[in-house]
Amino acid sequence: MLEHVVNGLVLGGTYALVAMGLTIQYGIARIMNLSFGDTIIAACFATWLMFTGLALSPILALVVLVPAGYALSLVVYRFIMKPLVDRAPDEGALEVDSILVTFGLLFVIQGVLLTLFGGGYTSYSYLNSPVNVLGTTVAANRLLALALSLAIGAALVVVLFRTRWGMTLRAVALAPQSAPLYGIDTNRAARTAFAIGGALACTGGVVLSMFQTFTATGGVVFTMKALIVVILGGKGSVPGAIVAGLLLGLVETFVAAYIDPGLTLAAVYTVFLALLLVRPNGLFGKA
Amino acid sequence: MTSFIAETAGAVRRLMTRGAAAALLASVASTAALAQDGDTVKIGYAVSKSGPNAGGSDMTVTPNYQLWVEEVNAAGGLKLPDGSQKMIEVIEYDDRSSAEEVVRAVERLATQDEVDFILPPWGTGFNLAVAPLMAKFGYPHLAGAAVTDKAPDFVERWDTSFWFMGGSVDYVDALTEILVAQREAGTINDQIAMVSVADGFGIDLVKAARPAFEAAGFEVSYDKTFPPETSDFATILGEAGNAGADTFVAFSYPPHTFALTKQAKVAGFNPPVFYLGVGAAFPVYPGIAGGSVEGVMSLGGIDPNNELTMAYRSKHEEVVGRAPDLWGSILVYASLQMLAQSIERVGLDKAAVANELSTGSFSTVLGEETRLENNQLRAINWIGQWQDGNFVAVSADGGEGKAAVKLPKPGWE
Repeated sequence: MLEHVVNGLVLGGTYALVAMGLTIQYGIARIMNLSFGDTIIAACFATWLMFTGLALSPILALVVLVPAGYALSLVVYRFIMKPLVDRAPDEGALEVDSILVTFGLLFVIQGVLLTLFGGGYTSYSYLNSPVNVLGTTVAANRLLALALSLAIGAALVVVLFRTRWGMTLRAVALAPQSAPLYGIDTNRAARTAFAIGGALACTGGVVLSMFQTFTATGGVVFTMKALIVVILGGKGSVPGAIVAGLLLGLVETFVAAYIDPGLTLAAVYTVFLALLLVRPNGLFGKA
Repeated sequence: MTSFIAETAGAVRRLMTRGAAAALLASVASTAALAQDGDTVKIGYAVSKSGPNAGGSDMTVTPNYQLWVEEVNAAGGLKLPDGSQKMIEVIEYDDRSSAEEVVRAVERLATQDEVDFILPPWGTGFNLAVAPLMAKFGYPHLAGAAVTDKAPDFVERWDTSFWFMGGSVDYVDALTEILVAQREAGTINDQIAMVSVADGFGIDLVKAARPAFEAAGFEVSYDKTFPPETSDFATILGEAGNAGADTFVAFSYPPHTFALTKQAKVAGFNPPVFYLGVGAAFPVYPGIAGGSVEGVMSLGGIDPNNELTMAYRSKHEEVVGRAPDLWGSILVYASLQMLAQSIERVGLDKAAVANELSTGSFSTVLGEETRLENNQLRAINWIGQWQDGNFVAVSADGGEGKAAVKLPKPGWE
């Protein structure tokens, strides 16, 4: 029983880590970023390249790639998203436009990765050592994913709810039309949120690459999983993403252990449907 | 929310259809150098260069096509019966891992590009999808990367089809034979823990394995399937470990094979027999596992003392830049050699080439006298094991180019 809880939380930590960036981009910047998973894959390949080519530890890769993800996302926002934001008549239009544009971006990133790395499976081992957690043996790299997602989640919650800067971000998320009336630079807030999301995607990519096999075309799987977690948790809600991620991890593990591993996906979607029926805006979503 | 999701789905679908047309046009690539008089042999193929099947194609099929074309053209082109030579011109499409797309591409190759020969796509399902078309247009169908028990039936239905990778029953029987011998030797008990991916390969293999294990007196005490999206196997391995079985069998795809290996290592799960699916025969496997994979078993295997095999492997590494996998690659390459030799003997007539493939004897990387039996290659290494850093073909007692299996599997370190 306890081992399934531990395994479930560790698996859920990965889901939460991947979903947090997307929820911030979607909730605050109002960009539904379909190329999110491919950003993760790009970070996976960058880490792999540093690890196998330069013998750099993936932890060091984190130090390099996370700021790089932030900076690149700023550029993407400035040149690709900003024109959309400027011309969108309302939020709904921006969502649809951003979906179409990021869908294109997805293929651009994928194409570049395919050209650079080919379509083959890529994987390596790092921190694949046993750690004992409450009597259950888990892999150190997966535990790192859980620890990072909890730490980043906590940091984000503190920033969003306890600082002035976080408050402006939340104001933009809640009332993008009214925020400028209070002197808030919504464009700047959205840009920052989008870049934070990009940095989080890179964090997820670096950590995931340590234990998961990835291919240049595998990004959509991460986007889908993250999207489920985001909608389940309530869009824009960091605590929601963490709770929903951990919940899905627990559901999958318990179903695999007590019912049948073949039903894990079905169980995830059942929980997804049931929760949306009761809370259409997600666990932590505002009505 | 609902309308938003519906709208998104609609937009995505529209883009997919338009993108597909664009991708098909954009991916037409004539790569080979043209002969001076423009008189070439046109060879076309559709393979998965993107999508979920890209990993498999990129490992087993596409590099061998490239290697073969490069070698043939470097030697002056395909030889014809009159002693002349013609360069190969390649027409290549990306099927984007879609069965409809591969059918469309093959039809296009046959009717619009009017190529002389069509090479098959990667995967059992895709080969079955194009088989009727290949037969309809009279192209010899050299199904290289396709595992099917129905090959004898298919040969009757499509008499220009050729099958190079055997069937599930063959692979399972080879494993069962080893398990029976090990049980008699007292190395393992009569319990088996078995997991399989709920997709083509896993379903086929597990269907063959259940009755075969049972008939041999084994009890499958843990028998579960998992969805292809599964990335975490901690729970599955835990439950399999609790099943009291000395034999662990997983009919898995590469991402699962890698994850199962890493997580078995972490959990210290080390049964006497540890058998995995696709991916364990990749040259990168020991590197991915991060250490010793001694004793791990899977499908395929090579004979490291076979000069032909080793010459092929070093040539592949030289031209493609990486080693071929240790299962299907060599079979695919041998099928291409047989095609070239058939053309040399009977020319470019498709029916004559098909007939020559059925009846002829060929000098390939598999041996000096490679023949098909009822349009099927049977000289296949069914089961391999990592021994001293090589993935060698094994059997219960060894012999005939195979090593004796070494069990129980040693610890992970």
